[in-house]
Amino acid sequence: MSHRQDITCLLQGHSFIELSARERAHSLLDAGSSRELAGPFDRQYSPWLSAQGIVAQADDGVVICKGLLDGQPAVVAAIEGGFQGGSLGEVGGAKLACALELAAADNRQSIPTRAVILFETGGVRLQEANLGLAAIAEIHSAIADLSRYQPVVGIIAGTVGCFGGMSIAAGMCSYLIVTREARLGLNGPQVIEQEAGMAEYDSRNRPFIWSLTGGEQRQACGLADALVEDDTPLIRQQLLDFIACGLPAEPRHRRSQHMLQRLLTMDSTTQADAASARQLFQSGARP
Amino acid sequence: MEKLHLEYPAGAPATQRVLVGVVASGDLEILITPAPAGRCHITIHSAADGSATRWRAQLERLFADGKAAAMQMEINDFAATPGVISLRLAQALEELSA
Repeated sequence: MSHRQDITCLLQGHSFIELSARERAHSLLDAGSSRELAGPFDRQYSPWLSAQGIVAQADDGVVICKGLLDGQPAVVAAIEGGFQGGSLGEVGGAKLACALELAAADNRQSIPTRAVILFETGGVRLQEANLGLAAIAEIHSAIADLSRYQPVVGIIAGTVGCFGGMSIAAGMCSYLIVTREARLGLNGPQVIEQEAGMAEYDSRNRPFIWSLTGGEQRQACGLADALVEDDTPLIRQQLLDFIACGLPAEPRHRRSQHMLQRLLTMDSTTQADAASARQLFQSGARP
Repeated sequence: MEKLHLEYPAGAPATQRVLVGVVASGDLEILITPAPAGRCHITIHSAADGSATRWRAQLERLFADGKAAAMQMEINDFAATPGVISLRLAQALEELSA
C-alpha cells in the first residue's frame, strides 16, 4: 500500500482503538438502543482512591450499557484503559460483575440477554487490593454462569491490552476478538522482566513483546478466536457473527486439555520464541 | 491531590448534563449538571499540587462575566496541562450550548 493510500485509509477509517470506553460501548449496540446504567452522573466514585491522594473518575473506569445487538437484548461492559490503566477496583469490578449477573438472571426469566466485555485492563487495581481481586473472582463466576445460556464475547482492541486476573476472564469468554494492537497475557511485560531478567525478556523491546503476546500471535496460538482490523464496523460485524454462531460446543474454559497437553510436550531447554510457540500450540489434535 | 471550590455569578439554569474527557494521564473529566439560576459552582480535584492559582486564572476568564449558564461543574484532573484544560473546558461548554 502506498503512503498516500495509507493516509486516505487512516482518514476515512473508523478506528475502534481511538474511541473512549463509552464511545466503544455505544458504537457496538444497535443505533439509538444504548442506555448507560450506573453512569458517571450517579457518581459512584471509588471510595479508596481519594483517601490515597489519587483523583477518582465518576464512573470508576467501567461503562455499562444496556441495549440491543441485532435486535436482541444485550449488555456491553467497557473498561476505560486510560483511567488507572483500566484497573479494576471495588466499584468498577462490582459494576461489571453485576451487569453479567443481571444478564444471567434475565436468561433464567427467558430474556435472552447476551454480554460483551471490552477488555482494556492491567487487571486488579493495586490500591484496592483484595476488594479488586474479589470483584474479579465474581466476574469469573458470572462469565461461567452466563455462558451457559448465551455467548459472552470478549474484545481486546488495544492499546492497553488485557492482563492479570482479567486475562483469565478473557480466556473464559465464549469468543474472543483481538486486533494486532491488542496484547493478552497473565503477567505484563515489566513484571516478567523483573522475574526473568532483561536478557530473557526486555519489556522495552516492543516488536519482541508483541511477537509473543500480541493479538496476531495469540490468535495464531488459538488463545483468541478472531483477529480483526482496527475498524469499528468490522469489529461489530465479527461480534454479530459470533453471536449468531450461538454457544460453542464446549465453553472455552473447559477446553484447557489441549493446551495442557501441548505444554507438557514443550522442550524447555531451548528458549521459546514466537515461531516455536506458534508451532507448539498449532500442533496436535485440536479440541 | 488538591481540592478547590470556586463560585461565579451566572445566568439561567443549564438545560442539560454534559460529560467530557477521561481521568487519564495528562487529561481530565468534566461533569456539568444544571443548578438554580444565578450561580456557578465549580469543584476541582486536581492531581497537580499547587495548581490553585492557575485554575482560578483559567476559570476566571470563562466565568467572571457572569454570562455562563448556572451549573454545578465537577472537574477531575489528572495533571492536565493548561492547554488541555482549555480545550476540555471549551468542549464542555460547547456541548452544553449544543
